[in-house]
Amino acid sequence: MNRKWVSYPYLIWMIIFIVIPSFLILFYAFTARDGQGIRFTLDNFYKFCEPIYISVLLKSLGLALFSTFVCLVVGYPVAMILASKQFSKSATLSMLFIIPMWMNFLLRTYSWLTLLEKNGIINSILSFFNLPKIDILYTDAAVVLGMVYNFLPFMILPIYTVLMKIDGKLVEAAQDLGGNSMTVFRRITLPLSIPGVMSGITMVFMPAVTTFVISKLLGGGQYTLIGNFIERQFIQLSDWNFGSAISMIMMIFILISIWIMSKFDEDKGGGAALW
Amino acid sequence: MVKKIIMKSYLGLILLFMYLPIVVLIVFSFNKSKSRGNWSGFTLKWYRELFTNSQIMDSLYNTLMLALISSIVAVLIGTFAAIGIHNMKKFKKSVVMNLTYLPVLNPDIVTGVSLMIMFVFIGSLIGLKLGFLTMLLAHITFNIPYVILSVLPKLKQMNKHMYEAALDLGATSMYALRKVILPEIMPGIISGFLMAFTLSIDDFVISYFTSGSGVANLSITIYSMARTGVKPTINALSTLMFVSVLLLLILINIRSSREEKKKRQYDA
Repeated sequence: MNRKWVSYPYLIWMIIFIVIPSFLILFYAFTARDGQGIRFTLDNFYKFCEPIYISVLLKSLGLALFSTFVCLVVGYPVAMILASKQFSKSATLSMLFIIPMWMNFLLRTYSWLTLLEKNGIINSILSFFNLPKIDILYTDAAVVLGMVYNFLPFMILPIYTVLMKIDGKLVEAAQDLGGNSMTVFRRITLPLSIPGVMSGITMVFMPAVTTFVISKLLGGGQYTLIGNFIERQFIQLSDWNFGSAISMIMMIFILISIWIMSKFDEDKGGGAALW
Repeated sequence: MVKKIIMKSYLGLILLFMYLPIVVLIVFSFNKSKSRGNWSGFTLKWYRELFTNSQIMDSLYNTLMLALISSIVAVLIGTFAAIGIHNMKKFKKSVVMNLTYLPVLNPDIVTGVSLMIMFVFIGSLIGLKLGFLTMLLAHITFNIPYVILSVLPKLKQMNKHMYEAALDLGATSMYALRKVILPEIMPGIISGFLMAFTLSIDDFVISYFTSGSGVANLSITIYSMARTGVKPTINALSTLMFVSVLLLLILINIRSSREEKKKRQYDA
């Protein structure tokens, strides 16, 4: 079968729309435009080292890490229940976690405004029962809630898939050999589910660290994460050089974390080795 | 027994968390008052207004056209690409595959801004402005990898001697491709198409950076409305879309379960 040429349209497409844009980001990140024209510079990266920008970066990483952690703690039991003997027969149940994603995610996130407002639905219910009101809208808590809400399925589904593949006989054997349920979980189920956990973590962390929509909707107009920062450089300030530098730093962060995660995941065939 | 109750209530709690915003959204599409959060009676007027609102109808049209064209083009390019990649030597294959993974793994915002830079850069040379076309090109770009990644496994599963056998029996390579390879990898192509279609419909970030002003898909329209307050008409539209997808799914489920029953009867 010597028909490699059939992939040439794709290769040309990818060179134009993936390779060239990536090099343009590099080009803009390392240059600056002034009176005499374009010159090479590292200023964009020095600028990023100022405390304000570093604190934005740290905040984004921190919130994304925390959201990922919450997703893992909340999502792992869900995946376990879905994969357990009592529920694994019903395919509809796992579908229930995919269906919400069919509604536009901006709208779903926006809907939380209605729920979380000072006189919103949740507070009305709370005050009906004479409970104290919660006022988290436009704070870090609301942004974390938005991230967990949007990305929880990305944590549940890979873990669920891996748990379903585990040979039930292994668990039975461990039980026969006298392991109590805690030991069986710790020594059998958990280690075997690590690849799913790792891809779940990657799939939650990545979009969480770069989002600018969730932070803008639930964090209020002034709320700044690294994603909002990049967006502002390109859309409002038109400082493409600085924006490209931040994008590049972001890309490096993501690629490093994926590379670390892929060390745990042997399931990927083909050329994913590099990432 | 107690364990099962705990499990069920935990699942119920998480599902409540997942569906609460959706329920709120659907309920408020029937709300008389325009402001969110105040229930003031049942009405269907937003559903009627929906079809006369040109901003929403235009962006719905853009969204559907983008999704349809971009996923068809992505399937065409991606399927052939997968066949080609499948036959590549090891080194070349790994280089191409890493390139393919790049848009999948890259944060949306980075893909978006890099494409925007390129469109503006090249656009200034050849007179291309940001708009529907650039958006379409961007959507095709991020859709192709998903098609490739869902077709490749099917190619791997295929018995490679089948194609050779077809050639030995006198088939031209075009004929063998049509009659042997394509039917084998069809499930992969279909799931790739569906994935591309869904991703394209749902995309906001990449469209936002590559659309320029004037053209908008639904996500962009919603985003721009979010500053002043999303109108209930959008809720009405999303409710309609959500319900139609749901119905489609239920239909497919019923059909496949019926077929399974038939199969079982045959087997017995």
